[in-house]
Amino acid sequence: MQTPVQVKTVVNENAVKARQSAPKMEMRNLSVYYGKFRALAEINLTVQANKITAIIGPSGCGKSTLLRSFNRMNDLTPSARVDGEIFLDGENINSNSADIVDVRRRVGMVFQRPNPFPKSIYDNVAYGPRLYGVKRKSDLDGIVEKSLRQAALWDEVKDKLHQSGLSISGGQQQRLCIARALAVEPEVILMDEPASALDPISTLRIEELMHDIVSDYTIIIVTHNMQQAARVSDYTAMMMIDENRSGRMIEFDQTQRIFTNPKDKRTEDYVTGRFG
Amino acid sequence: MLRKTFETEIKQVKDEVLVLGSMVEQAILDSVEALKKRDMKASEKILQADRDINKKRFGIENQLMILIATQQPMAHDLRLLASIMEIISELERMGDYAKGIANINIRMGDAPLLKPLIDVPRMAQKGADMLHRSLTAFVNEDIETARKIPMEDDEVDALYNQVYRELMTFIIQDPTTIERANWLLWVAHNLERFADRVTNICERTVFIVTGELTEISDTSSEFWKQQKS
Repeated sequence: MQTPVQVKTVVNENAVKARQSAPKMEMRNLSVYYGKFRALAEINLTVQANKITAIIGPSGCGKSTLLRSFNRMNDLTPSARVDGEIFLDGENINSNSADIVDVRRRVGMVFQRPNPFPKSIYDNVAYGPRLYGVKRKSDLDGIVEKSLRQAALWDEVKDKLHQSGLSISGGQQQRLCIARALAVEPEVILMDEPASALDPISTLRIEELMHDIVSDYTIIIVTHNMQQAARVSDYTAMMMIDENRSGRMIEFDQTQRIFTNPKDKRTEDYVTGRFG
Repeated sequence: MLRKTFETEIKQVKDEVLVLGSMVEQAILDSVEALKKRDMKASEKILQADRDINKKRFGIENQLMILIATQQPMAHDLRLLASIMEIISELERMGDYAKGIANINIRMGDAPLLKPLIDVPRMAQKGADMLHRSLTAFVNEDIETARKIPMEDDEVDALYNQVYRELMTFIIQDPTTIERANWLLWVAHNLERFADRVTNICERTVFIVTGELTEISDTSSEFWKQQKS
């Protein structure tokens, strides 16, 4: 009886290793234009699965534009045009044939300010699954509980699931938004300064939460908070504008390297607070 | 300039490191001079100087902790502050070698020196000189100099080897000299270790600039290699 158990363990570990080392998303030669203005220029970036990748850089360098490219949110801006390739598990999602609804389910997003719907906590989390056709109450109950637990919010709201999502604190609202994003079982979660509107304790809760869920998801976070990028992420991409005011990625490396010994002088100046 | 306050504070800490370095430099030279002259009072002063060195080291350490806590240094700044923490620890221990020599002089009491000190003061002078230049290289982030200074440790090792052989000859010729020879051997040993620690300071300077923590050379075993051959 011993042998099959051991074999099973080895297989599982290998599967986890393979998944953890695999690239989840990749951008090749990505440029984003707003009208004639090139906001992002020639971005090449590989995002590893089950890792947290931080995007840092001074204001206006295109971090949010880059983040919004990962699930084609830029398509919602009328003047925006996206050149280049964006791969999700090897499939180019920036092609005409890509199913944008499916892309946005697989690549979820959490915004800077908590933005719960003016609905109950339960309905906020159940909103996405309902949209995707989950109707049975017991199924929805399960999804709501699982998502709220993953977002480390369940214990705080389990007795008031039918109260308004707006009635809880800012930090709780942001975790509710994360639970809402998790409810549709995305593979990648984009976070645009998810803690910038929160107090330090709520910020640390969000960071802990990111660590807790990253074994199941791939996370890409934009942050102005250098310490936060250093604390939470595995990899860091440093962005900066060039002479044409186009955002470029000037360095990408393991986070520990970026914050202890970056290769590019501009990254050094930025992370040490010499400019920005 | 952004972070002007931080820059000023870093400069202040670096200046304090230089002050600490000069205290240690003076202590090692004075300790050997006191021994040479068998001047107990001067040795007593060195024991007090060592307490001042330790106090200064704690003061700098405290400044560093405040800077780390309040300024959240990254990259070069982080390497610099972490290295200063290491360097002041090295300096404090180098000060302990001077204290050790002062204690030997005091413990020797009325016993005369076994022999006039020739190579021992040379070792002290060489070690102090290496320390001085290593701290200048640290402040200027001059890695070329920082990489060269440890090579000079061989000279100190050679002097130590010479002192060792000479003292062994005394002991062999007259075993009653063993205690007095042993005292001088410990003095020389302290000076040999003093110079070894300069290498550690130089390694930190290279780390501050390059981000690479590597041993410049393993000269500390040079003496023992020579003993084997």
